[in-house]
Amino acid sequence: MNALNSLLDGFSTALTPLNLLWAAIGVLLGTAIGVLPGIGPAMAVALLLPVTYGLDPTGAFIMFAGIYYGAMFGGSTTSILLNTPGESAAVVAAMEGNPMAKAGRGAQALAAAAIGHFAGGMIGTILLVALAPTVADLAVDIGAPDYFAIMVLAFIAVTSVLGSSRIRGLASLLIGLTLGLVGLDQMTGQQRLTFGSLQLADGIDVVIVAVGLFAIGEALWVAAHLRRTPGEPIPVGRPWLGRDDVRRTWKSWLRGPVIGFPFGAIPAGGAEIPTFLSYVTEKRLSKHKEEWGKGAIEGVAGPESASSASAAGTLVSMLTLGLPTTAVAAVMLAAFQQYGIQPGPLLFEREPELVWGLIASLFVGMVLLLALNLPLAPLWAKLLRIPRPYLYAGILFFAAVGAYAVGGEVIDLVILLIIGLIGFGMRRYGLPVLPAVIGVILGPNAEQQLRRALQISDGSVTGLVNTPFSVTVYAVVVLILAWPLVKRLVGRGRNVAA
Amino acid sequence: MTTTSQTQERTEPGERRSWLREHSELGVCVLLLALGVLVLTDALTMDVDIAQRGPIGPKTVPIVVGIGLLVIAALLAVDVLRGGRGQAETGEDIDLSEPADWRTVLLLAGVFLATAVLIEPLGFPLAGALLFWGAAFALGSRRIDRDPLIAAGLSLLTYVVFNNLLGVPLPGGPLMGVL
Repeated sequence: MNALNSLLDGFSTALTPLNLLWAAIGVLLGTAIGVLPGIGPAMAVALLLPVTYGLDPTGAFIMFAGIYYGAMFGGSTTSILLNTPGESAAVVAAMEGNPMAKAGRGAQALAAAAIGHFAGGMIGTILLVALAPTVADLAVDIGAPDYFAIMVLAFIAVTSVLGSSRIRGLASLLIGLTLGLVGLDQMTGQQRLTFGSLQLADGIDVVIVAVGLFAIGEALWVAAHLRRTPGEPIPVGRPWLGRDDVRRTWKSWLRGPVIGFPFGAIPAGGAEIPTFLSYVTEKRLSKHKEEWGKGAIEGVAGPESASSASAAGTLVSMLTLGLPTTAVAAVMLAAFQQYGIQPGPLLFEREPELVWGLIASLFVGMVLLLALNLPLAPLWAKLLRIPRPYLYAGILFFAAVGAYAVGGEVIDLVILLIIGLIGFGMRRYGLPVLPAVIGVILGPNAEQQLRRALQISDGSVTGLVNTPFSVTVYAVVVLILAWPLVKRLVGRGRNVAA
Repeated sequence: MTTTSQTQERTEPGERRSWLREHSELGVCVLLLALGVLVLTDALTMDVDIAQRGPIGPKTVPIVVGIGLLVIAALLAVDVLRGGRGQAETGEDIDLSEPADWRTVLLLAGVFLATAVLIEPLGFPLAGALLFWGAAFALGSRRIDRDPLIAAGLSLLTYVVFNNLLGVPLPGGPLMGVL
């Protein structure tokens, strides 16, 4: 089936009134969450996981994707007006955007960011339409050893590329894998780490782990260090751009996705690296070098476009390979598991309505977001005045709702608090949260694929590397592992030469 | 922990305490070690009498994870003793220049546990409202006129959305029985 026809079918799914409503709710929530400090898109999707118990998968994923894209739009508003980024992806937006706001050009900065997100998201999603079916076709024959290789890649990438310390990343991953072991072994029914408890025999629900680590852990950590006087946002009017500004920024908007999209698709930490690379590129290409650091509009336009495009790239890996490259993708993968759907190459064959409805809704969401953010930015900025006690009390409240909704068990609330305290400790001692979440979500699955692969090969380890696909993936894994070593050797060589 | 710049007399116990405080991250190593031992004990005491399918049984992966935990605990300990420190997470509402406010954290945990106990006898609307109000109070909000109203409104609305619209059952408790 060709991609364009599928996409048109997707639009007929996305444009039903109910799915339009979910897209609208998603982008509204997403923008609010992006603007609000303290809540990231990953936490928001985690808190909303309980809706998967009552909603059809298409509607739920349309909403989640709206949140993901919306948070990108909203995050830059906080960066520009408050100089404290709402999301890690929006750090770069503060570098030029905030000086612009201080100089009275906040409206232009917001417009450059919003249109940048729109352009980046559109180009990224078009690339997604063009590439995803091809990748899925290429990967359609992959079997147990290949799935296992992809999961190993996810584990290694998430511990090695993110964060400053590999040891701490690995510690976090192992904590997640341990949590994933709790319960009955899927192949033999053997109890593991249940200590005879019936409740634990069911395993610890992924929703509880994600909510505990992302929401409770974050709320408690902020509570321990709550800033008593939150910053004041710079007041701003309606975003608009003059002709000169457009002349300066249109190339940056188009360059952003070239950097953002590929980085989103590989497990390299989501939008942080590409936004920074885009910033550096724009700075080098700029004709107005004297403005940099004081509010150069290209420094807002390029990175913001790159960040939205990277979100589209992330979806390529998640939908076609089941490989989560960011925290949001990891939580969305958990949602797929709740529905018993396995993302991967077969997703495009088995659930065309879901996949193409989701992709089409991204285009719808982008248009909605531009309409919401351009005229209404000053209104969104008002969200920054919400009293912090309400914000964090609300996070705890919705976390409790989510955990209780999983099974109506009080013990789940206690487990949630314990996992929240683990999340608190991890933040205190610099253990990144994402590897633990990926460990819980992919761990059990990886074990099953490993055992299945070895079953097929009758115990021979060569059964893990007998396909070109798995060999390629392991080569990438080795490359990631060896990279710091190579860099050190090259660095030393250079020093000797100099 | 975060800041310990008090001028104390350099006595033996004081020195030891400040060393421990400086190296509190070793506690993480101890926890990882304990977790590793726990996982390994559980795996090794497993009696696999159920017919095993395939060459890898239910023990193998737990043993690998357990050994991994022990190794990582040791590596982290070496890193900490060599002066490596985990970067405490930063954020827009986080002020790391002040020492940690343990009172608030304990209060919040207490409020949360109380909610877990109360949710079945009181029902979700009441217990949820108490959770929100209690948490806002612990975080420093003192608007007696406004806080309970917001808490009650939010809790009731959430109950209706989940219970009636999304079809996720939450306990109504005696209050919903009356209404």
